[in-house]
Amino acid sequence: MLTPLVKERPHLTTLASPPAVPKTAGRMRLRTRWTGWGFVGPFMAVFALVFLAPIAYSLWLSLFQTQLVGGTTFVGLDNYARVLADPQFWDGTGRVALFLLVQVPVMLGISLLVALAIDSGRLYGRDFFRLAIFLPYAVPGVVAALMWGFMYGERFGLVGNFNDLFGTSIPDPLSSALVLPAIGNIVTWEFVGYNMLIFYSALRVVPTSLYEAAEIDGAGPWRVITAIKLPAIRGALVVATIFSIIGSFQLFNEPSILQPLSPNYISTHYTPNLYAYSLSFSGQQYNYSATVAIVMGVLTMIVAYVVQLRGMRKEA
Amino acid sequence: MTIRHHRAVGAFAAAGALALALTACGSGSDGGDAAETVSPEDISAALEEGGDLLVWAWEPTLDKVVEDFEAEYPNVNVELANVGTGNDHYVALQNAISAGSGVPDVAQMEYYALPQFSIGGSLADLAPLGASELDGTYSPGPWGAVTDGDAVYGLPMDSGPMALFYNAKTFEDAGVEVPATWDEFVTAAEKIHAFDKNTYITADNGDAGFATSMIWQAGGHPFEVSGTDVTVNLADEGSAKFADMWQQLLDDDLVADVPAWSDEWFQGLGSGEIAALVTGAWMPANLESGAAPASGDWRVAPMPQWTEGSNETAENGGSALSVTEASTKKALAYGFLEYANAGDGVATRLEGGNFPATLADLEDEKFLAEESEYFGGQKINEVLSASATGVVPGWQYLPYQVYANSVFPDTVGQAYTGSTSLSDGLAAWQDSIVKYGNEQGFTVGE
Repeated sequence: MLTPLVKERPHLTTLASPPAVPKTAGRMRLRTRWTGWGFVGPFMAVFALVFLAPIAYSLWLSLFQTQLVGGTTFVGLDNYARVLADPQFWDGTGRVALFLLVQVPVMLGISLLVALAIDSGRLYGRDFFRLAIFLPYAVPGVVAALMWGFMYGERFGLVGNFNDLFGTSIPDPLSSALVLPAIGNIVTWEFVGYNMLIFYSALRVVPTSLYEAAEIDGAGPWRVITAIKLPAIRGALVVATIFSIIGSFQLFNEPSILQPLSPNYISTHYTPNLYAYSLSFSGQQYNYSATVAIVMGVLTMIVAYVVQLRGMRKEA
Repeated sequence: MTIRHHRAVGAFAAAGALALALTACGSGSDGGDAAETVSPEDISAALEEGGDLLVWAWEPTLDKVVEDFEAEYPNVNVELANVGTGNDHYVALQNAISAGSGVPDVAQMEYYALPQFSIGGSLADLAPLGASELDGTYSPGPWGAVTDGDAVYGLPMDSGPMALFYNAKTFEDAGVEVPATWDEFVTAAEKIHAFDKNTYITADNGDAGFATSMIWQAGGHPFEVSGTDVTVNLADEGSAKFADMWQQLLDDDLVADVPAWSDEWFQGLGSGEIAALVTGAWMPANLESGAAPASGDWRVAPMPQWTEGSNETAENGGSALSVTEASTKKALAYGFLEYANAGDGVATRLEGGNFPATLADLEDEKFLAEESEYFGGQKINEVLSASATGVVPGWQYLPYQVYANSVFPDTVGQAYTGSTSLSDGLAAWQDSIVKYGNEQGFTVGE
């Protein structure tokens, strides 16, 4: 019984195998490829639907112009030329750039201090502090802005009460010169806890043996911070900075909520996002609005990329 | 049927007014069709036959109107949806119209926003459905706002003839007479603020609706619209009159810099620190609910005049119901409009606190004799109805007033921060309006 089989095998192999081997292997390879896609598929489908499609649609929209009279016409890159020469767009962009340069270092500085303080182990009630500082992040941004809007009220808000009670004359936080710092204050309040958590978790993974070694070498706490802790969390610092840059460029909730309280100081083009919103929702200029959004997205990407490159170079 | 009807309406309308609707048809061969008119019997038949109607509105008194309407016409099923108030509503409507699906049959339209949709060809002309018969039913202000030549783009739901609402207690305490002219108003503003530094005659931090109504009363015609030709002149005599007078108040810090409808605003109205408001006749219900602590203190007086002894007023706010051009059930929709805004629905809405646009109700003895407890037993409707008869005719809004009002704070609003004057602010507003209009394909002249 065995012999014929054995006999037949080489026969089969010589005749049928050469074409069969690549075939089955090919089928295997094909199946492997599709298995991979099967895992990635659901993600890709959602990614395409909620990420790629809107971007493609925005790009498509930005090439047209729709008028109340005359309908839709193809205008090529005209909208882009218009954005680049639009003083209102640059006014808003300049404002968020200023916001970025001032608010982000302040916020990250405070977050870092708090993270280091909590990590130092010398703080009484460490867990309470960690939670209390993180808590504002759990408050939805819109609610936070509304809440601060009430507090900023000069006449009947907290600022007004304070002035009445102590006879002080704190100026109106929602007046021209102070409205940007007032917004910065809200954003800082909201995000210090979030950034603190990033820094703190990065600090937690630093091996304690390093601290022990530093102590043996006679390093003080300050030296430990500058020589061990800060270099160890540089990656986290870069990530937090990039998140903050994106957040600053996308500034929208706070000015949008405070606008009804201070319409003459928070213009419709106060930030690029607010400008895009006003363009499409009160001006019905969807095409131009899409263009503003795309240009702003590209600008944000460039700035974030430059910061990432610089951050990584330092790390290397 | 719809397309034929659409074309017929276009041919029927005054030249130019519906240029867009015609363009939308895109064909020159439809000029000869005779206008199709729908008789009242056709409307009744449509109501009997019934069907589904989608109504987008935020006016709260409509809930009861819809309930009664459905009881009367059991075959009609009205779905009343509130998709937002004011701007949100217009955005949703514009989106639905652009998308060509989900467009309601009936939509609420504030008078200032109506031209934006009628010029855009989005609203049906109701004249062939019988609305021209209603000429004379409504007071001239609202009727003028919904008509364009012979075309009727909506039936007025309420109106807002302006009056001076004032806190009599504050005025008495300060020893100030109720102003009858704008000159007296400025003097009163000085006295009230001198009496108490926390008290202001009124609150205003730049409100496009208020400013345009003030210019309207002063006899200004800053916006003139004929089809897609628009002329803007925010430096005309009426505009200048308003700007010069109001500038005096701003220069001396005599108006509270509090945004309307904010928490602070209602508190000020309740505490007497905001002593008066020059606003539309729909205000009483808002005062009663928002400024309850001042109950019994408020009174209504005629709007201050430019010339002593005259009765010239303007409208502020108010809205109509319109049938959309996209609706496939125009006769049925018009049946609902007629019921709600000219028929039995009017009484229901008045009970709910609406201020009427219908002349019969404005002149109704019972309505005029009503004494308001909040206003210390004053027959406020007498004053408010008298204002409705004095509305200066001939006012027009821009065909893109919603956008124009949105950039008002960017331009005129700057005068309230002291960085520019009202007249320069108005000039800047004009620039934005002209620029936007031309970008949108209108022919805008100055």
